[in-house]
Amino acid sequence: MAGKRKLSERPGGGSSDVQWCFSQVKGAMDDDVAEADIISTVEFNHTGELLATGDKGGRVVIFQQEPESKNQPQCRGEYNVYSTFQSHEPEFDYLKSLEIEEKINKIRWLPQKNAAQFLLSTNDKTIKLWKISERDKRPEGYNLKEEDGRYRDPNSVTTLRVPVLRPMDLMVEASPRRVFANAHTYHINSISVNSDHETYLSADDLRINLWHLEITDRSFNIVDIKPANMEELTEVITAAEFHPDQCNTFVYSSSKGTIRLCDMRASALCDQHAKMFEEPEDPNNRSFFSEIISSISDVKFSHSGRYMMTRDYLSVKIWDLNMETRPVETYQVHEYLRSKLCSLYENDCIFDKFECCWNGNDSVVMTGSYNNFFRMFDRDYRQDVTFEASRENSKPRSVLKPRKISTGGKRKKDEISVDSLDFNKKILHTAWHPLDNIIAVATTNNLYIFQDKLN
Amino acid sequence: MSEDNDETQTAEETPVEEETESQDKVISPEKAEEAKLKARYPNLGHKPGGSDLLRKRLQKGQKYFDSGDYNMAKAKIKNKQLPTAAPEKTEITGDHIPTPQDLPQRKPSLVASKLAG
Repeated sequence: MAGKRKLSERPGGGSSDVQWCFSQVKGAMDDDVAEADIISTVEFNHTGELLATGDKGGRVVIFQQEPESKNQPQCRGEYNVYSTFQSHEPEFDYLKSLEIEEKINKIRWLPQKNAAQFLLSTNDKTIKLWKISERDKRPEGYNLKEEDGRYRDPNSVTTLRVPVLRPMDLMVEASPRRVFANAHTYHINSISVNSDHETYLSADDLRINLWHLEITDRSFNIVDIKPANMEELTEVITAAEFHPDQCNTFVYSSSKGTIRLCDMRASALCDQHAKMFEEPEDPNNRSFFSEIISSISDVKFSHSGRYMMTRDYLSVKIWDLNMETRPVETYQVHEYLRSKLCSLYENDCIFDKFECCWNGNDSVVMTGSYNNFFRMFDRDYRQDVTFEASRENSKPRSVLKPRKISTGGKRKKDEISVDSLDFNKKILHTAWHPLDNIIAVATTNNLYIFQDKLN
Repeated sequence: MSEDNDETQTAEETPVEEETESQDKVISPEKAEEAKLKARYPNLGHKPGGSDLLRKRLQKGQKYFDSGDYNMAKAKIKNKQLPTAAPEKTEITGDHIPTPQDLPQRKPSLVASKLAG
């Protein structure tokens, strides 16, 4: 194939020459899923060494990749538990008769500045900055204390000695360093760290706030779309993200399928957008479902900062930031669901919020679907593939077999018919390692890790 | 070669028939689904993405605890004896007021995540 680069030159890889293999699965095997165990967010850190998950029970689990072993240089290290902690707890706001869920909506890592790792985790109302630090030494030989901590009788102390630091078993500690509370009337759906590494934004249904990581008692409101009369409410904010390297630029998506790009240099309150991205709709095709399925559930900038990707109910769209009139690429995730919209509305699945992600070099995008399927779209080779995350394909290093859904009358062997899809098995959260072909895919309560085959 | 707004050719067949002219009797699957929904729920409003849906979304998490009722109930009880666990299930509406203690307490998870197991 003319112009095809070797795999070694394409760290992100294209789906054309990549064979995805099962690597690991985390979580309980039993079908009876406790609500607290439902995974609500998955995020790699900036090096890909750490992988964080958040769940409905307010807990965060961080996995760390083992360094490549010298015995098996061709095998990437496994991800093992590094730290786990209770990030948020359920609360009740008596004043507003509101139950505040402890579910972790988003986790975002801060770029590493010193030995410790920092992440932001948020539930519906409160954002917390967590410090995760390692302790592998402890002081021994105190003058006034015994080794077990009891204080010695001062009269028995006759000599002076300096405590010495001795190695100990690695202990990973998570401590909350900042709590950013009471700034959101509505439910927080996004947080995004700025490229200045000093500020971050948090977005709820109607407002976006700008915070400084050091300051918890104040935040600036930068977007407010609340109408004076709530009867006039027509759209809500569904996601927001800072540009990867322009610290003045951010985007937010809406329930009406539009994306607004804002420039913080223009004014303190960015209610006037700098750009508005919207695909024109054919009025003949408009139906009861049109607006609902056009609602954008996720927006992600490409690593290059040149493009952004949006996920609506049936498709993934790639937008060039220089062109507001329509996306440059559209990928159908599960178009066969268009003729099922009535039942999907009745069982509320039409409101499911799928996320999407880019690979390291922006050549492939990935998103989840139902029946524990997830899809990859190769932008360079114009190919797409469907895989399934299931325990049946979980033999170590077994190659994933592409799945096919049959929509017509004739179902070929190995194809799955649309009517036999399990709509309770949804993959809403996926993450791609920033530098390597390793992906993390969350089913309801399990985390799957897949890697490409290294020969 | 400039291909704007490409759609990838997926392997699956997707028989989407677009309504091109008003004389064309073929209805798009989306409109067929809309007809199905309207048949099942004739009272469905005509503003599907409108304020009703959005306001429902904004009100997620609403539980009913009235601090006024709670304080009234507390005042009432002060004059009577503190009631022991009422054996009868037939409570007079208005005499039993939910208190913060009565609301199903959502305790934080004491169990560690199974992902860490």
